[in-house]
Amino acid sequence: MDSPFSFLEKVSPEPNNLIKGLQLIQSAEGYVSDDAIRAASAHFGVPAAEIEGVLTFYAQFKRVKPGKFKIAVCDGTACHIKGAPQVHEWLRQEIGLVPGETDKDGLFSLETVACLGCCSLAPVMSVNGKVHAKLDRKSLKKILREYAGK
Amino acid sequence: MKIKLLRVGVASCGVAAGADKVLAKLREKAAGIPVIGVGCLGHCYAEPIVEAVTETGESVFFRDVRDTDEAVENILSLGVENRFTVPEKRKSHELVKVLALAGRVDPTDMDDYIAHGGYEGLKKALALSPEEVVEQVKISGLRGRGGGGFPTGNKWGFLAAKKADEKILICNADEGDPGAFMDRSLMESVPHQVLEGMLIAAYATGATKLFIYCRAEYPMAIKHLKIAIDQIRKAKLDVLNNREVSITIKEGAGAFVCGEETALIASLEGKRGTPRFRPPFPTDSGYMGHPSMINNVETFGNVPLILREGGEAYAKIGTAGSKGTKLFALAGDLANPGLVEVPMGTTIAEIVFEIGGADRDKVKAVQTGGPSGGCIPVELFDTPVDYDSLKALGAIMGSGGMIVIGKDRCMVETARYFLDFTHRESCGKCTFCRIGTTRMFETLERIVAGKGKESDLALLEDLGKKVKAGALCGLGQTAPNPVLATLRYYRHEYEAHVKEHRCPVHQCNALVKLEIDPSKCIKCRLCVKTCPVGAIDGELRIDEKKCTRCNSCFDVCPKKAICRTDIGE
Repeated sequence: MDSPFSFLEKVSPEPNNLIKGLQLIQSAEGYVSDDAIRAASAHFGVPAAEIEGVLTFYAQFKRVKPGKFKIAVCDGTACHIKGAPQVHEWLRQEIGLVPGETDKDGLFSLETVACLGCCSLAPVMSVNGKVHAKLDRKSLKKILREYAGK
Repeated sequence: MKIKLLRVGVASCGVAAGADKVLAKLREKAAGIPVIGVGCLGHCYAEPIVEAVTETGESVFFRDVRDTDEAVENILSLGVENRFTVPEKRKSHELVKVLALAGRVDPTDMDDYIAHGGYEGLKKALALSPEEVVEQVKISGLRGRGGGGFPTGNKWGFLAAKKADEKILICNADEGDPGAFMDRSLMESVPHQVLEGMLIAAYATGATKLFIYCRAEYPMAIKHLKIAIDQIRKAKLDVLNNREVSITIKEGAGAFVCGEETALIASLEGKRGTPRFRPPFPTDSGYMGHPSMINNVETFGNVPLILREGGEAYAKIGTAGSKGTKLFALAGDLANPGLVEVPMGTTIAEIVFEIGGADRDKVKAVQTGGPSGGCIPVELFDTPVDYDSLKALGAIMGSGGMIVIGKDRCMVETARYFLDFTHRESCGKCTFCRIGTTRMFETLERIVAGKGKESDLALLEDLGKKVKAGALCGLGQTAPNPVLATLRYYRHEYEAHVKEHRCPVHQCNALVKLEIDPSKCIKCRLCVKTCPVGAIDGELRIDEKKCTRCNSCFDVCPKKAICRTDIGE
């Protein structure tokens, strides 16, 4: 079979392995597409609607294709106090995204995360895993410009 | 003196502080001396920590070690820089038993664990009958460390009494409370100890299928457990009662409610992790209908000790109703955050002030049990930490997160923060939890925005009681706790918000403005340059409308001339 999801064959098809299968899809594709749901449905014998239910239940799963640059704004306790809501507001103004969205060029996607573990450098966000610390509006603009130019 | 061994703490917290680079540097420079990566010593504030063991068996610790030539040279010559000793005050209150091997053994080396007394508990268990093992756990008085506090021996007894072809044993490693990291530390540092506890439980109850449900956010814990499971298979320790047991790690997918046992089972089955009504209890019908038992990581971590020293000896530590020691993850407004282990019955004051080094004049309260717990005001810090005393205060032991809240924090905002978490994590099954926590959250949002009404307080109390009564599982039953506890002890803060539209500690942005005190200001204009929205003009006045209360000027001012004050003044 030539399906892009043939790696599912590695997981035994009992329905209790569904989450494991979806985790494999997500780590391969970055998200779970409609096609992926159909493939998982066929493999595990679980209706597509039920898979959609499982996907929306768990925070780990994404249904939208992430952008080339994945922005994660930390909203842990320290960052929250130090202005994570402001960082979101700036991002909304600069690139027009609210958490959970990807822009139409597929360049940036935005999400909120619970804690990046850099509390002493708050507020922070990460772009594709690289942490940018002590954000203010100016540094944020500069960071976005740099990535957009890449 | 010559060094014979170097240990570097490379658990997640150490690595975040740069310990992996220190380890690499030491390996490069310390010719001939073995350098091993170990788990967590619990002193997060001093990471990265390196221990040099001398040929005479003496240990010298170094803190805040950098991956520089000088730092490494200082260690190899047993220099005086960055020496670390456990503060005397902490030593006198701590009793390290469950964590005794954390930071002492290489987590990926089974022989190292065995050389330090590992698997002696299992050996002793196998010399007893399964019934006798259950009896020892009952005698020990061990209660579930996941938060519920149910007597572990009784739970084991229920499963052992079941007649079934297949029984399931599950280790709950879905540690989801913000600010809690006891289980992560234990799994990363001494994975074999947790697995030894599980094997003993499997022998005692006749379970043959073992699962560890671990959150996916703990990659190092999962890695170390996988290595340990392979070693167990090779050593054939997985043959109990003449039957081979299987041990499988299942990664969670990010849902707080999956810490609840019936939700966890649903998730293990590949479904949405929603709790269900009990009975039937999991010990009657759990994973795929099989009799199942769930214990927490720390509970399993205690089991080898009980078997090694005997239930009676174990029960000598602790209080009448709560036996043994408890791990706490200390975080928040204090000098020495970290992981501590104390005997049950130690007072909160001893943990927060003596061990954590918090400033007595600056602490307002402590939050136990994460978002499911409640806050305990500083006036009640003489309360001993045990299941029953904490419950009497409207808080819970929980899994062991302990967040210290300073006097400059607003309790209404703190409650709002926790409700923001729980209302989003509600699985949606029970109406009171799904809608009730959302309404409570919205009401708190309104209050911190200065739009609260006096009647909101009664509304919060009423809703809180109903959510507790109308929810099926522990998440909903405890979600209102942070609100009800803060209303109980800090009602005056709520009243200031709704009656005077004032935040007494000037934290709630909607209720404060920033002002420059001209008597302190030296006109350096750093604030003008720093302000991200250009709210400070040439005359050094802050435009209240433009200002976003981001505190950039407050933080940058060298003379502390900028103050947050009531908006009405």
